[in-house]
Amino acid sequence: MASSTDETPTDYYASGSETSDGRVFTVTGQDWDSITAGLGGLDDVEERVVVNMGPQHPSTHGVLRLILELEGETVTVARCGIGYLHTGIEKNMEYRSWVQGVTFCTRMDYLAPFFNEAAYVLSVERLLGIEGDIPEKASVMRVLLMELNRISSHLVCIATGGMEIGALTVMTIGFRERELVLDLFELITGLRMNHAFFRPGGVAQDLPPGALDEIRGFVALMKKRLPEYADLCNANPIFKGRLVDVGHLDLAGCLALGLTGPVLRSTGYPWDLRKTQPYCGYETYDFDVQTWDTADSYGRFRVRLAEMWESLKIIEQAADRLARLEGGPVMVADKKIAWPSQLAIGSDGMGNSLDHIRHIMGESMEALIHHFKLVTEGFRVPPGQAYVPIESPRGELGAHVVSDGGTRPLRAHFRDPSFTNLQATSVMSEGGMVADVIVAIASIDPVMGGVDR
Amino acid sequence: MSDRTQDPAQDPHLPVPQEDQDASTTVEAMGVREGMFGVRGTGDTSGYGGLVKTTLFPGASRRPYGGWFDEVADALEARLGATDLDGAIERVVIDRGEITFHVRAQDLPFVAQMFRDDEALRFELCSGVSGVHYVGDTDRELHAVYHLLSMTHNRRVRLEVGVPDADPHIPSIVSIYPTNDWHERETYDMFGIVFDGHPALTRILMPDDWPGHPQRKDYPLGGIPVEYKGGSIPPPDQRRSYN
Amino acid sequence: MGLEEKLPSGVLLTTVEGVAGYMRKASFWPATFGLACCAIEMMTTGGPKYDLARFGMEVFRASPRQADLMIVAGRVSQKMAPVLRQIYDQMPDPKWVLAMGVCASSGGMFNNYAIVQGVDHVVPVDMYLPGCPPRPEMLIDAILKLHDQVQHTKLGANRQSEIVDLETSALKALPTSQMKGLMR
Repeated sequence: MASSTDETPTDYYASGSETSDGRVFTVTGQDWDSITAGLGGLDDVEERVVVNMGPQHPSTHGVLRLILELEGETVTVARCGIGYLHTGIEKNMEYRSWVQGVTFCTRMDYLAPFFNEAAYVLSVERLLGIEGDIPEKASVMRVLLMELNRISSHLVCIATGGMEIGALTVMTIGFRERELVLDLFELITGLRMNHAFFRPGGVAQDLPPGALDEIRGFVALMKKRLPEYADLCNANPIFKGRLVDVGHLDLAGCLALGLTGPVLRSTGYPWDLRKTQPYCGYETYDFDVQTWDTADSYGRFRVRLAEMWESLKIIEQAADRLARLEGGPVMVADKKIAWPSQLAIGSDGMGNSLDHIRHIMGESMEALIHHFKLVTEGFRVPPGQAYVPIESPRGELGAHVVSDGGTRPLRAHFRDPSFTNLQATSVMSEGGMVADVIVAIASIDPVMGGVDR
Repeated sequence: MSDRTQDPAQDPHLPVPQEDQDASTTVEAMGVREGMFGVRGTGDTSGYGGLVKTTLFPGASRRPYGGWFDEVADALEARLGATDLDGAIERVVIDRGEITFHVRAQDLPFVAQMFRDDEALRFELCSGVSGVHYVGDTDRELHAVYHLLSMTHNRRVRLEVGVPDADPHIPSIVSIYPTNDWHERETYDMFGIVFDGHPALTRILMPDDWPGHPQRKDYPLGGIPVEYKGGSIPPPDQRRSYN
Repeated sequence: MGLEEKLPSGVLLTTVEGVAGYMRKASFWPATFGLACCAIEMMTTGGPKYDLARFGMEVFRASPRQADLMIVAGRVSQKMAPVLRQIYDQMPDPKWVLAMGVCASSGGMFNNYAIVQGVDHVVPVDMYLPGCPPRPEMLIDAILKLHDQVQHTKLGANRQSEIVDLETSALKALPTSQMKGLMR
């Protein structure tokens, strides 16, 4: 970007500045003539035009900077500039206990917070060696919440993708459906986004009463609402015209660039970590891996739409199991790891439930000690490293967690699918038109929080 | 907690790493933890500040590894033996159901290529590079960890390379796994590990002219004190903490 | 929400400031500056359930040249701060800034090297909205409070004296770290 700090012109945005690559103009809506007037003779004008899109741009999925070299309307070179949302989450996690790490990692990929939490928590549980001790109800709740999150994430992808190509109704109905999912999240976890609900050892709270009815009502309603997206988009000639054969990336390209998720499945290869390397009991659920065979943006859209139907199937099965598991524990039995407190709404807001206070103050000294030690110091994780990948809505999300035996992670690195998938932008966009760049990126569905962490 | 390097054999305070009689694993000391509950300095009357404990990471495993690990190790050894590179694998660690090959830095491209191309190995997908800064591991402080996935055989392995702080160079494997392009840039940005042969090794997450490598352990967290009404709280790395 | 309910009873005349304030607040166009999680909540606030269009704010202008309000929604990293300032500079007067979420207000939970600890280090902020992320209702509440502020902003010479008053009171105000004894 043109550095306006090198010199102090009177008008920051009209005159060009000299850089090592030639003159750079910051074009911000002023008269095109004022720019061409400043170009001077024809000798120093080259053919190529470098256009900078973003990082503030309505259709770049967050703060993504695209540097495009154009020849007319054709993109000859496309590069991504990322890092505009780098938050230092991974470094922050090294200064917090293992449980507090969940609140940080949940904000990475903010459209799929449960998946970030699940990847981290599963890695920590593998390091602790309690993978087999997680209560069934906790695993079923994790699956339920992850699949609900998959639906809400795909809805946002379809909604924003539609908005970017001008299908504003898709955006409106997408966010309308997403509100239903967020209401469920609020009922179960207390928050609409960034929940910090999965903890090492299980989940933080049990299901509130009435949740299963709400879930079943949601499923029934979604079965009537999801066909609307298919009706609006699948055979829509403008939609197909914008998406078919745009952003093509075949299987070899996907594997070389490390792409996973709907992009890989749109090439026809049914690779889904929920089936091939299951976790949280996914092997016991009945669902199919959805693929398409055209390896273009339209295929990815159809894969996402179909995956939402599969997620509904899984949610139904999870709700049935939860009905059977009424009253079961949601945290691991080992009291030296299990998060101790239970929250409840009292007369002055949300806080520790009075039952829990009575238990630790009056009934059990050990419980008080555990509560105190776990909340102030946290549990210790034996030294070692673990990498547990899960299938997030965007692809393979893995947490590489290293422990040195202490109460804080030595290193927590997240292999984020959006970070890897976004590398395909150049391959998908070069040679196409500028408008296709938007569609190609929308089909990759990057979330910049995950890309930059 | 502070880490300092120790030779476990010489310090009388430290426990000698034990080897189980029947298991096939050893442990490896990498640094020392001192103190407990965040107690430090002369104000400590509890005595916890004087605790000293070696950090013992899982060490090299011995054959047989069990399961499909042997198959992978055999195939790799066959390839390495054929090209006279037996020293490329420094150590094999099996821990918590995952296998880690510690690879010598200069042999990494060859090993990665074997992992990708050999019929029995076929690790097509690299899930990226992760950097770790082990302050207590003298002469091998900076580790780069690669996770490989074989879709054909449905397996995962980990490759780990350790390089010293003074000369943090690792050959780039972008030519073998193009997906590592941005991952290696990120590891360079955050840790300062220079990947030789990378097509465009520049900063990717921090601004281009940022000094230092943020996720190294000697780089501060960088927070500021937070002002409240009537007081101020120091940033997380300077606060009183219990862990 | 009709104008007629706000007027002094029976009288249709109002001061020029009132009219100008009403015009400004009733069609208050935000510039898209969604960064992270708060941006999603901002998008849902524009969505069908919590409809921002009823306040005249549905059009999120992509070009800052046509926007009045910059809702900084999300965490501002060191790399993004110059971009934020440039967008703010490109907005024409009168302009307002709403720092949405704790990350924009004060750096939030990310007190580290990578995040600007509050966008008021970069741009002057008119309204701070805490929350992580703030619910859409909270965002609408902040916007309505900002509407009040806009409605009652003075014009011309009155505005100059208003600015002088605000600045002198801010200079004389007790610093936050010396506001002791509030818990009693």
